[in-house]
Amino acid sequence: MMHIRPVLPEIVVFSMACVILLADLFWKRRFKGLMYGLTQATLIAAAIIAYSLRNEAPRVVLHGMVIGDRLSIVLQIAIFMLTAIVLAYSRTYIAERGVFRSEYFVLALTGVVGMCVMVSAAHFLSLYLGLELLSLSLYALIALQRDSIAATEAAMKYFVLGALSSGLLLYGLSMLYGATGSLSISRVATALAALPRHDMVATLGLVFVLSGLAFKLGAVPFHMWVPDVYEGAPTAVTLYVGAAPKVAAFALFLRLLVEGLHGLSGAWQEMLVLLAFLSMAIGNVVAIAQTNLKRMLAYSAIAHMGFLLLGLLSARTSGYADALFYALVYAFMTLGAFGVIILLSRKGFEAERLEDLRGLYQRSPWYAWVMLLIMFSMAGVPPTIGFYAKFAVIQAAVSAGFYGLAVAAVLFSVIGAFYYLRIVKLMFFDAPVDSSPLRQGRDLRWILSANGIAMVLAAPWAGTLIAICRAAVRGLP
Amino acid sequence: MDVYRHIALSIAIWLPIAFGLVILVGGRRYPGLVRPLAAIGAGLTFLVTVPLWQLFHAGSFAMQFQEHIPWIPAFHINYALGVDGISLPLVLLTSVVGVIVVMAAGPAVKERVPEYFASFLIMEGLMIGVFSALDAMLFYVFWEAMLIPMFLIIGIWGGPNRVYATIKFFLYTFLGSVLMLVALLYLYFRAGETFNIVSFYHLPLAATPQILIFLAFLIAFAVKIPMWPVHTWLPDAHVEAPTGGSVVLAAIMLKMGAYGFVRFSLPIVPLASHELAGLMITLSLIAVVYIGLVALVQDDMKKLIAYSSIAHMGFVTLGIFLFSRIAMDGALVQMISHGFVSAALFLCVGVMYDRLHSRAIHDYGGVVNRMPIFAAFMMLFAMANSGLPGTSGFVGEFLVILGAFKADFWYAVLAATTLISGAAYTLWMYKRVIFGPITKPAVASLTDVTGRELSFLAVLGAAVLVLGLWPAPLLHVMTASVHHLLWRPGVRLAGANP
Repeated sequence: MMHIRPVLPEIVVFSMACVILLADLFWKRRFKGLMYGLTQATLIAAAIIAYSLRNEAPRVVLHGMVIGDRLSIVLQIAIFMLTAIVLAYSRTYIAERGVFRSEYFVLALTGVVGMCVMVSAAHFLSLYLGLELLSLSLYALIALQRDSIAATEAAMKYFVLGALSSGLLLYGLSMLYGATGSLSISRVATALAALPRHDMVATLGLVFVLSGLAFKLGAVPFHMWVPDVYEGAPTAVTLYVGAAPKVAAFALFLRLLVEGLHGLSGAWQEMLVLLAFLSMAIGNVVAIAQTNLKRMLAYSAIAHMGFLLLGLLSARTSGYADALFYALVYAFMTLGAFGVIILLSRKGFEAERLEDLRGLYQRSPWYAWVMLLIMFSMAGVPPTIGFYAKFAVIQAAVSAGFYGLAVAAVLFSVIGAFYYLRIVKLMFFDAPVDSSPLRQGRDLRWILSANGIAMVLAAPWAGTLIAICRAAVRGLP
Repeated sequence: MDVYRHIALSIAIWLPIAFGLVILVGGRRYPGLVRPLAAIGAGLTFLVTVPLWQLFHAGSFAMQFQEHIPWIPAFHINYALGVDGISLPLVLLTSVVGVIVVMAAGPAVKERVPEYFASFLIMEGLMIGVFSALDAMLFYVFWEAMLIPMFLIIGIWGGPNRVYATIKFFLYTFLGSVLMLVALLYLYFRAGETFNIVSFYHLPLAATPQILIFLAFLIAFAVKIPMWPVHTWLPDAHVEAPTGGSVVLAAIMLKMGAYGFVRFSLPIVPLASHELAGLMITLSLIAVVYIGLVALVQDDMKKLIAYSSIAHMGFVTLGIFLFSRIAMDGALVQMISHGFVSAALFLCVGVMYDRLHSRAIHDYGGVVNRMPIFAAFMMLFAMANSGLPGTSGFVGEFLVILGAFKADFWYAVLAATTLISGAAYTLWMYKRVIFGPITKPAVASLTDVTGRELSFLAVLGAAVLVLGLWPAPLLHVMTASVHHLLWRPGVRLAGANP
């Protein structure tokens, strides 16, 4: 029993996914909200279990496949919380669009299992397995609304490009295997240390691995899928895709690059500089030209991933903590932004264009304030929590001596501020074109409000949050 | 009193912010309580800051009323507050202007009343925070947080061109401050991972980093002041802002840039300050001379006062970068004086605008026939704006011109042209608006000031006169800090000690 304790959360979530699938067969008609309730209970229970494991010493279990450490626990709890909020936000939305079915919840849970395996992988195989489990769940989730042409197109695109990137990643991993003779992350790290500094095979493997990872994160130049998938997928699924999987993809960087390939840090630092710069540049500049809200947020996501990489490329433990903080803050910001889109949508109407936000302040001042806080947080304006996240990663870049990149980052954040400001302008300064009342469930309203207020209220506790992130990455090299 | 010393600044910051938030949340449901609550919030804040003046130990340059709580230990960021002789007058100016803004928001503010008062109260707290932060990141947070309420104030309550003006304002200032952020981060690592502003003062920095840091600060502060040539947002923002917005903008926000020079640029990078003083003086003189001429041709009264503000702030930066006792004193007095005078002039325009809904000079003429009391007050403020002896405007300008004479004859000649151009644009505007026969039928129907208007005009009039006739207490409070700024051991900004 002891040796499976670190994977208890995964076991619980996966068994419950099976239970929900079965329950759906028998009690679908009798209890309508059963699947939803069970899924939420599962996520909360899993989070509690993960939390209860927090003080255990880090250890590798299941024949070197899985590691249970602080990092995996923090990330898992974040994933459970994010997914629970995603489901709460999307409950009414999916019910109105006829996808309130057990498939949605089961796929969401299997995706969560995939993410949990990713963040606690100690072996290339388990890592890849987790990644594919997540990706397959996402493909199916995006295409769940099978009559929607946009959604199926997005799923197809994501599937083809995703398969390509998985191929790249696998190819890279196989080269690393060739260079080091092992698939275990810790053994790869030891073997790499013995290799000459510029080992050709290992470096080539790194290039492929990094390309695959960058694709999963959605960093330029591997970002092409992001706008199409964000726009095409039903908003509830975009919400899912945009939050927790980003955190999990970030965890892959930590597990593979930092834990596994630390010996090549000089090489991956240079590559990450390029990725970060391009992501911030293209993401922020192209977002200005968007008229579709979801597309704009997709480019904003690309830009944010660039900022996230600033923390990683410092190749310092404190920098990883900063990047982790950024990833978590970003995930909650993006949840809030899409939450507002869902709030504005209703049966037969998708609030997808920027225009749909026009005059929100007159329709509902409270949610206009909520969106305002989220937008300023994304732009990185104090006192919102987004500022502390940006500050942390820029500080990490400066601490590693990347002054030029830090200046570029702040300049791009000014460019980025423009399109966030435009949203505030639409909401506060313009007259509404659509005056239908906002009708959404109480759970959405309450959690969304909390989500928005947290952008400001978390600021006094920014120190505590960063301390948690620091503790999580303490074991990394 | 001992407890007061350790919490006074925090209360002055958070009390108005708390009142602002309460008004924001509950104002819609209880509209009748908004104005009283705002008045109580601003009034209490004022009362909290008054004893600061009494208890301030003027003989010392040390930071007083200090508070220190660790905030983000990972980055060594502390919640550290304190004031010295330079920031104390600005804190008081802020709390006084806060009261006046709340009093001045008359019946003209009809739309979104709770939000209006909430924004101002929140801004007041943040501005006091800027002037009393001793931790560079805390300073930055207050400095930047101010952008959000200001963005909304200009954008919601402004006139026809408000959206353009507010986005321009936001992006200009945001660009300036993010570069400052990078400079602060550099200093953080150089100072051994601390954001304590005072510990930045002792850093031995080489010439090149000093110049780069100075330039990063310059962009941030120059945009806020604003200095020529990055001043173009100000007339736009002012024209479109409601009266209260203009008052806060002119009276306090502009001072933050000049305060930044005194608190950051001069003490942290003295070498670069000296090196680039020529540039700063040139820019200041351009502001004084050229912007003075631009002000002359304005037909919009608020635009005219906005340009006049830029010219007057040019005086402030000129005084700061002359590096002499007398000029620095002049610059600091000018900051406070301009705070009162520009606030008063914007309020005067607001009084007329509330009645006629026009800011154009050509829509008026002969106002004195209908509003004699108002005309008398506006006369005082117009005289103060043109630097008449006996008003506060004179003290600052005179000291700066004296300092300029010591430095270079031609500086002084150019600076002194403001006495001509300032008088020209202010008094010419006054003449066209107030004097002459009534030619417009709308002017004929004007009524004189109400009790509410009279009260805030009287407060400001008294401030302008007191400061003009007896500036000694203000100068006394600043003495030790200014001396320390200019002749800190090891770093000599100015020449020999007088």
